[in-house]
Amino acid sequence: MIHVIEPGLLSSIQDNGRRGHQESGMIISGVMDIFSMRIANTLVGNDENEAVLEITLTGPTIEFQEDQLIAICGADFSALIDDQPAPLWRPVAVKKGSTLHMKFSRVGCRGVIAVGGGFDVPEVLGSKSTYLRAEIGGFKGRGLEKEDLISVGKRSSESERIFQSVLSEPVQWSVSRAYTTEVYDRSVMRVIPGKQYEEFTEESRACFFDQAYKISKHSDRMGFRLDGENLECGLQGNMLSEGVAFGTVQVPADGQPIVLLADRQTLGGYPKIGQVASVDLPALIQKKPGESIHFEEISIQQAQALFKEREKEWQELKWMITARLEGLDG
Amino acid sequence: MNVTYHPLGDQAVLIHFKQEVSREVLAEVQNLKQAIQEDQPEWLYEAVPGYASIAIHYDLVKLIHEQDPYETVTTYLKEKAETVKSSKDFKQRTVKIPVCYGGKLGPDLEEVAEHAGISAEEVIKRHQHGDYTVYMLGFAPGFPYIGGLDPSIAAPRKNNPRTAIPAGSVGIAGEQTGVYSIETPGGWQIIGRTPEKLFDLQRDESFLLRAGDRIEFYSITQKEFEEWQQ
Repeated sequence: MIHVIEPGLLSSIQDNGRRGHQESGMIISGVMDIFSMRIANTLVGNDENEAVLEITLTGPTIEFQEDQLIAICGADFSALIDDQPAPLWRPVAVKKGSTLHMKFSRVGCRGVIAVGGGFDVPEVLGSKSTYLRAEIGGFKGRGLEKEDLISVGKRSSESERIFQSVLSEPVQWSVSRAYTTEVYDRSVMRVIPGKQYEEFTEESRACFFDQAYKISKHSDRMGFRLDGENLECGLQGNMLSEGVAFGTVQVPADGQPIVLLADRQTLGGYPKIGQVASVDLPALIQKKPGESIHFEEISIQQAQALFKEREKEWQELKWMITARLEGLDG
Repeated sequence: MNVTYHPLGDQAVLIHFKQEVSREVLAEVQNLKQAIQEDQPEWLYEAVPGYASIAIHYDLVKLIHEQDPYETVTTYLKEKAETVKSSKDFKQRTVKIPVCYGGKLGPDLEEVAEHAGISAEEVIKRHQHGDYTVYMLGFAPGFPYIGGLDPSIAAPRKNNPRTAIPAGSVGIAGEQTGVYSIETPGGWQIIGRTPEKLFDLQRDESFLLRAGDRIEFYSITQKEFEEWQQ
């Protein structure tokens, strides 16, 4: 069991999302930062899409009631394990009775904690993700609260081997900072023009790519609201609702764009000016309210070429992590 | 089939039909969607219909070795669309939904009657006689957008939305009628409630309705409503 002493601002269990039911009005949910989820799970010997604990801006304080293998990835919450700085991007064995204490995120907005064996919560429609508004999935359909006790699944043989090895001799390496920096260190978001892009006025189209947008404090897992010049679209109020995706930039009647994120609705009725490229979503969702971003136009072909490159890098990294973990003395 | 294709980001394609809410477009959407789903290409995550569109979400990792994945997907879709005959018909189920109209379960029935200038009984009668089709689901799990309401009982949304509308509530908003699948805030005029659950995770089929379903509403008494719930 994991005992929640302080829940943090918003800590919820998320995996790769609840797919295949959007047709029935069921949103996908899932982790905001797929990049850190995959790495954290790989570090503890889990399937890369296993559910993790996603934490936001202020991290939780939790007590481990059994020995566990964990990996913390994503934003830096100045984590301490029993008052000692806890390394990020690395498998760590924690002893029964240890306390993990996380503070305000210094850099970035969201982190994930993976545990070897995953979180033992029921799958709902094929996913462990928490759909907060409908109170479905995850741990009791909600974010963590004080005194919650969360079960951890049994470690796989691979996970157990890593655990035993790290327990006897802590690893000294982490996933390369150069690699994580390349993914996160970016404030220019590459965007494919949206379906209704041409329906925006010429000024608005130019403005969209010229100006800096500030991420509003009214931003959450559903979407980031952006503050900037108003954008005008001739179709406003005259559109039939249609499908949207993670990273869709839609513009409601007030002219201020919203980037749709993990907890977006399945359909949207506002004109879509653009769509953030998948490779830039981890950088985007790590932005805190008040931080600024720019948009830069790319083509669908460029976006998919970037995706392929990123995927290839990920497969190489995964291979390297696995090779290192196999080299551990067990 | 006269449709256009647009990237919806790098992992989805939006298929656009003639932009209108009509039986003809619904049939086209349903026929193409069903053909794609029967085929189930290995890269397909899901096909999500709108009023006059389908969003095809695909797994780009499965297309990683394609020179131009977007082109591969749209080429497939175009070929599929060629094989689908234009027809006003499509595979359609009929789902009967019992409704207890008026009283505590339908607090706005009188207001709708007043707005239409007819009696409450007449509103109930006309509501049951509509030729209803589910165009799409969205807004909440299992929430249907239903077309086919008799325009004579159309009614504007409430000025002050209620903070909680119970699941099963049957409402009218403009020329739409709908059924709340979960408890949520909302501004629709509530004329009755069904004991049938539109969304129930305990059931094998969690969602009662699918896009394209025909719906028949029929009136039940308060007593029957209560018995059904037990």
